[in-house]
Amino acid sequence: MTWVLANIEQIWRLTLDHIALSVPPIILGFLIAVPLGWIAHRYRPSRGAILTVSGLLYTIPGIALFLSLPVILGTRILDPLNVVVGMTIYAVALLARTAADAFDAVSNDVRQSSVAVGYGPVRRFFVVELPLAGPVLLSGLRVVSASTVSLVSIGSLIGVSSLGYFFLNGLNRRFPTEIFTGIVGVILIAVVFDLLLVVMGRLVLPWAHVSRRRESSSRRAIA
Amino acid sequence: MITFDGVSKRFPDGSLAVDDFSLTIPSRTTTVLVGSSGSGKTTLLRMINRMVDPTSGRILIDDEDVAGLDPVKLRRRIGYVMQNSGLLPHRTVIDNVATVPILEGVKKSEAHARALELLDTVGLDRGLAKRYPAQLSGGQQQRVGVARGLAVDPNILLMDEPFGAVDPLVRDELQQELLRIQRDLSKTVVFVTHDIDEAFLLGDQVVILRTGGVIAQAGTPAEILANPIDEFVASFVGADRGKRSLHVDPAHTSGERGERVLVDGGGRAVGILRDEAPAPRSPGAVAP
Repeated sequence: MTWVLANIEQIWRLTLDHIALSVPPIILGFLIAVPLGWIAHRYRPSRGAILTVSGLLYTIPGIALFLSLPVILGTRILDPLNVVVGMTIYAVALLARTAADAFDAVSNDVRQSSVAVGYGPVRRFFVVELPLAGPVLLSGLRVVSASTVSLVSIGSLIGVSSLGYFFLNGLNRRFPTEIFTGIVGVILIAVVFDLLLVVMGRLVLPWAHVSRRRESSSRRAIA
Repeated sequence: MITFDGVSKRFPDGSLAVDDFSLTIPSRTTTVLVGSSGSGKTTLLRMINRMVDPTSGRILIDDEDVAGLDPVKLRRRIGYVMQNSGLLPHRTVIDNVATVPILEGVKKSEAHARALELLDTVGLDRGLAKRYPAQLSGGQQQRVGVARGLAVDPNILLMDEPFGAVDPLVRDELQQELLRIQRDLSKTVVFVTHDIDEAFLLGDQVVILRTGGVIAQAGTPAEILANPIDEFVASFVGADRGKRSLHVDPAHTSGERGERVLVDGGGRAVGILRDEAPAPRSPGAVAP
């Protein structure tokens, strides 16, 4: 505890760095994965390709990704951008399939009826499909958020500062308190992010929480 | 007036849903397309608002070919009510009803005021306005669906088995409500169902379809009942099973006031014969 108090300034600084590295990939991942998921949902032939490729992206080892990105992007090896791009790739990998499933889950009756009452394609996407895909997208986003906050730590291996620094430094110094501090910090950030997402969901998707009197009405094939 | 002129529809998978279909649907009356699944009735309905485009032939609304109209604009001036209501689950009742007027640029306050009136029209309590569809019963959801269909005050109202998924008592209520609304508003209603009794109740004109959108017989319920054109129609309306030929059964004529019991060809008691027509059931109905 004395160590924590003595180093509170550094802990705070690295926590902020960690947050600054985590937020952009979560947002960018969402912005990229949603259109990809929609395309996979809408154009069946593209589905296999999009979901397989995005799935494979997740299998690239983190450290290999961070080391190869400077070559691809032309960035310097210590540039935090490498971590942001790498994390965004993982976020897209995780979220693209969820997004496709989220759009699949939108009731066909509702889609048909929104066509019938005169929503054009663009408005239908933003006003009908996207909000209705919201609950599933949100659950995917919560996974991505937790995963990103935890994976950003790897950035420390290539010298981009985050709470991951405490893991490396604690390991080198054989000093468990430091490692433990890093872990607690990462978990706290993940929990706070998750709470924020849940609260946002409540605000943006109030309808998803009303009691369901009719879970699903009997669905018949269209004659 | 809606005119189908030699309309065919072949879907991309090669199936022929509708084959050379021609029909005139007069304005301000209810026309019911009735048939089993595969009769193309929903396809026909959806061709009117261009949710489906015909492979060949034309559909005219008041002599204007719908193929030349912008589909989105066309749909916004035609009411559409479907089975399972098709309400937007993330919008409240009042927002659902006001959807299309707002799309059309009507001010929100105005659209909401009109939506509340429409809830009255379809017999829904205004207190439900702020609920979400999932918080309503199936019958209430269908009423909201009808209110939404009426929101732009369309000349044409398309109804695709709107009462198909509610229980029989509620269906009966909704049918009466539709008859009352139609007496007041006189829309051109095109109604699709597989239920011949519903068709006879609601239809000024009933069109019985065979598989592939072929008209088996079109006419008033009375014409079809009196003269089923062939065995298919007779079987469809139940005439072949004696369901439609009623007689007074002397064996059953009993009771204190000597009620005459009507029995159908199958020997099933179906009602009591009265000398005069019963008063309308729905409390909203007012004598002319």
